[in-house]
Amino acid sequence: MSDLRSLYQEIILDHNKNPRNYRAMEDADRSLEGYNPLCGDHYTIYLKLDGGVIADISFTGSGCAISKASASVMSTVLKGKTREEAERFFVLFHDLVMGQRDPAKNLEELGKMAAFGGVSEFPARVKCASLAWHTLKGALEEKTIAVTTE
Amino acid sequence: MSLEAHLETTRVAYDVHRVRKDFPILSRKVQGKPLVYLDNAATSQKPASVLKAIREYYESYNANIHRGVHALSIQATEAYESVRRRIQEFVGAREAREVVFVRGTTEGINLVAQTFARRRMREGDEILISGLEHHSNIVPWQILCEQSGAKLRVIPLNDAGELMLDEYEALLTQRTRIVALGHVSNALGTINPVKQMIAAAHRKDIPVLIDGAQAVPHLRVDIQDLDAEFYVFSGHKMFGPTGIGCVVGKAALLEEMPPYQGGGDMIKSVSFEKTVYNDIPYKFEAGTPNIAGVMGLGAAVEYLTAVDHLALEAYEHELLEYATQAVSAIDGVRIIGTAAKKTGVLSFIVNDVHPHDVGTILDREGIAVRTGHHCAQPVMQRFGVPATIRASLALYNTSGEIDALVRGLHKVKEVFG
Repeated sequence: MSDLRSLYQEIILDHNKNPRNYRAMEDADRSLEGYNPLCGDHYTIYLKLDGGVIADISFTGSGCAISKASASVMSTVLKGKTREEAERFFVLFHDLVMGQRDPAKNLEELGKMAAFGGVSEFPARVKCASLAWHTLKGALEEKTIAVTTE
Repeated sequence: MSLEAHLETTRVAYDVHRVRKDFPILSRKVQGKPLVYLDNAATSQKPASVLKAIREYYESYNANIHRGVHALSIQATEAYESVRRRIQEFVGAREAREVVFVRGTTEGINLVAQTFARRRMREGDEILISGLEHHSNIVPWQILCEQSGAKLRVIPLNDAGELMLDEYEALLTQRTRIVALGHVSNALGTINPVKQMIAAAHRKDIPVLIDGAQAVPHLRVDIQDLDAEFYVFSGHKMFGPTGIGCVVGKAALLEEMPPYQGGGDMIKSVSFEKTVYNDIPYKFEAGTPNIAGVMGLGAAVEYLTAVDHLALEAYEHELLEYATQAVSAIDGVRIIGTAAKKTGVLSFIVNDVHPHDVGTILDREGIAVRTGHHCAQPVMQRFGVPATIRASLALYNTSGEIDALVRGLHKVKEVFG
């Protein structure tokens, strides 16, 4: 059970059950779909930009607890951040779920994202955790073709 | 008689614990727990005799077939052709030359689509498949539609996951050039009434291909009784190795079909002016085939033939009943696919928990199930779910393993509160 709890931490279960910023954004400046063809996880990320700042961010879609919680936590972390900060968080999160950053040693920097530290021990689930982040990156880069994790 | 008593009676006729000893992998542990392998519709495990047959070929008579005059080549050729005869008997084909070795069901369906069906297809013709099909019995036909301007028609399902036969009859039109139908659904386990459906197609002179990949591990198949033009299956789902399977086709049709691939072994003579193709089945077996795979498949057929089939079918049926009752008794579980006739497939969803999360938690308990769309996305769409959890049974599974699955599902509910 202990290793399962390291994957399904309270923050993740909470964000899965009550996803934050879970809504379509009518007046979004950018939106992009992302999906994982193997699992069927499928989300749309919406962004409202104010100069170089993410003024608002939301998402819709469905998938497993890891993918949904990841999208939800991401939205709370990035709201009000600059584009450069968002890119920095992308790298942090990526390194975390790839097992290249010890959550215990980077707690301050990671904040809520540290809850995804257990994912690296479940290689089959890394794509679930990173789907929303890759989609966000695509949206910031003004991609128009849906992002996939394959 | 109670279910327990029923199971006990079946146990007398069918000794599952003895069967388990034939499969070396079943004694391994996963995550420190005994492996509970419930992903048999994806691929089955292999008995020691299959592994031995492959090893023996490489260790004692590895040589290319149909070529050399040396002892090893002759021995390999004889062994290869004897497996063809064994498969002929196994599925009840009229002649051994009706058995064509391919990589598996997928390649077999592509072969029939491109050699048999393509020449018959004109713009506006129709190809009839069912809403239960695996992607491998959808996409080759879509490719053919693109090539020929033919249209794909689909037999609908009812809420139990059974094909609607009245609709089927109505979909057999003057434009239907082929019916391609799964014998057993990989996603739901539904056993289709293929004999009756083939007869209905034949009344309108329409040929039928049956995808038997999920049927051969569970049911006794008699191709002459079914009377399908083509019956296709894979080795790896029936306890044989991967990369080998068969198209069993009516000789007269195979003879009129053009080759699928060109190369060595499929020719009688080659010159730059004219090449003469070989006879069937060799015409369809270009290049050096998967010889070791054929040896393994032969051993798998031998293994299945030695099993008391009536006892096995009764055992698998009881086990499915047991699993269905145990799993559906869990609060919040919904079973998808409740056909009256099913093989041992239990597809289900757990309320408010995504199948992949269920799969991860079960994996930590050493339980292997498939989660996802099972290469049958249209089936998922029909039932309005993105994915299911699928526990699929084989001849070595036990009621104790079903109990482990149930405990695992309770753990899922514990984690997700």
